[in-house]
Amino acid sequence: MTVHSKLEKFEDNWRTSMGGWFPGERVVLRGKDVFKELNNSSWMEYLLFASTGKKSPQIARLMEGMWVICTSFPDPRIWNNRVSALAGTTRSTGALAAAASVAVTEATIYGLKPIKGATDFLYRADKRLAEGEALEQIIRAELKQYRSVYGYGRPLVTADERVEPMMNFARSIGCGEGKYIKLAFAVAEYLAASRFKYQINIAAVCAGLLADEELSPMDFYHMATLAFTAGAMPCFIDASNQQEGCFFPLRTARLNYTGGETVKHWRV
Amino acid sequence: MPEEITETIKTKIWRETPESDNSFAAASCFCCGYDVYRDILKNASYIDYLYLLFKRQQPTPEQSALLEGLAVALANPGPRDHSVRAAMSAGVGGSTHASALIAALSVGAGNLGGSREVFHAMEYWQQCGTSLEAWQQLIREPPQLGREDVWLPMEHAPGFDPNGVSCPTPVKQTLAHLVGEGEGLHLQWLNDNRTALEEFAGCPLAFSGVAAAALQDLEFLPEQAEMLFLLLRLPGAAVHSLEQERLGWRKYPFFANGFKLNP
Repeated sequence: MTVHSKLEKFEDNWRTSMGGWFPGERVVLRGKDVFKELNNSSWMEYLLFASTGKKSPQIARLMEGMWVICTSFPDPRIWNNRVSALAGTTRSTGALAAAASVAVTEATIYGLKPIKGATDFLYRADKRLAEGEALEQIIRAELKQYRSVYGYGRPLVTADERVEPMMNFARSIGCGEGKYIKLAFAVAEYLAASRFKYQINIAAVCAGLLADEELSPMDFYHMATLAFTAGAMPCFIDASNQQEGCFFPLRTARLNYTGGETVKHWRV
Repeated sequence: MPEEITETIKTKIWRETPESDNSFAAASCFCCGYDVYRDILKNASYIDYLYLLFKRQQPTPEQSALLEGLAVALANPGPRDHSVRAAMSAGVGGSTHASALIAALSVGAGNLGGSREVFHAMEYWQQCGTSLEAWQQLIREPPQLGREDVWLPMEHAPGFDPNGVSCPTPVKQTLAHLVGEGEGLHLQWLNDNRTALEEFAGCPLAFSGVAAAALQDLEFLPEQAEMLFLLLRLPGAAVHSLEQERLGWRKYPFFANGFKLNP
């Protein structure tokens, strides 16, 4: 008895509307000729169109401001950047450093999880508000279920120095007055007064601003994936240009072994 | 050490003593209490040491044999596997060798046949144990994500191949071999109930499902299992990438006629 695999019809058959390269001829992205119809786009406009299908200089400009103001601090102590600095000090390559830093940016306490999570939370909260629930009730349920609200609270410090400059930039290009950014700050007001004392962080601000531009959590996630590279690359370059191996070296005494002093012997 | 330095790395795995002439070089290294270069190096196998690193204790001969069998079964998924294809894609283009392994890790991390699938399968084991009814219920009504995560939701029962037809012979051979090596009951139970579980899942058992059962028998946590699965599959990715690097892109499929852009 011949049973056909579900995969047979896909063999040498990848159908797509996303785009492709016609060697020696043209390149197509989402139905647009890259050389003729997208050739005047900025990189950010191109990335926005590639990732979301949206053509919007306004959103691209907003996103670019976010990348500059919020995501690429050139400090090698920040964990994703530290990976690039370590790659520099060991004389690895820039691309390997960047790849590792991008991957590490998919973190819980900063980076991509809060970015996606904050957008998701604002959409869910708005839906429940529209269904008649009180904001307090929505936040309390989130805290009860997850013990945190993405976009609020921050490691190391409480206040987020990026909020004000980001909002100033957003207003300067005509953003910052939509219902989602207002909701983001309403949640902040509640949480600041609660026993948790969480303050709004930049993830909720960016989520609110981009939800007002009708970006989904996935849209924001896809766009933000590369956003941190401008912070990682200078850390790599700096460490590459200094003495090899000298980035925060650790002496053996920096290991705090807590497993007990007994020396064991392998049973052969 | 300068007096003002107080930040340390807390660890239950590793202890070092310094060389007398250099505080930044170790004279001796102890892993979970065992002297690595005086004792482990001479007396332990690689698999034993791997077990020690994860579990912080020396394995029994049965645990060692089970992990050894799993490591051999997973070491090379073969050049048709997605993670190995990723590594070969790095190889044919002349990319760095590290990028080939990064590619294999990134692709081999996923929900389909990858380490995230093993993670989820371990969660199923934790939740269902050896209750067939519990497995049926969980497969029928899988856990829903309450809020969005960077991981996409599972699209099939973890540990099973949604594109499979019947359980492939190597999967059955691995399961049968590992049942004979270990002491735990999860592999045996999986072997006894495989066809019922496949019926619930609507598709056959996969290597990820066998790996999860083996690692459940070895009492690994889901996150430990996820990491180990990634590690154990890298040798195949490495050698196939190197092989294709030598052969070059002209001898590797480009799917020149398989790509169709919708109008």
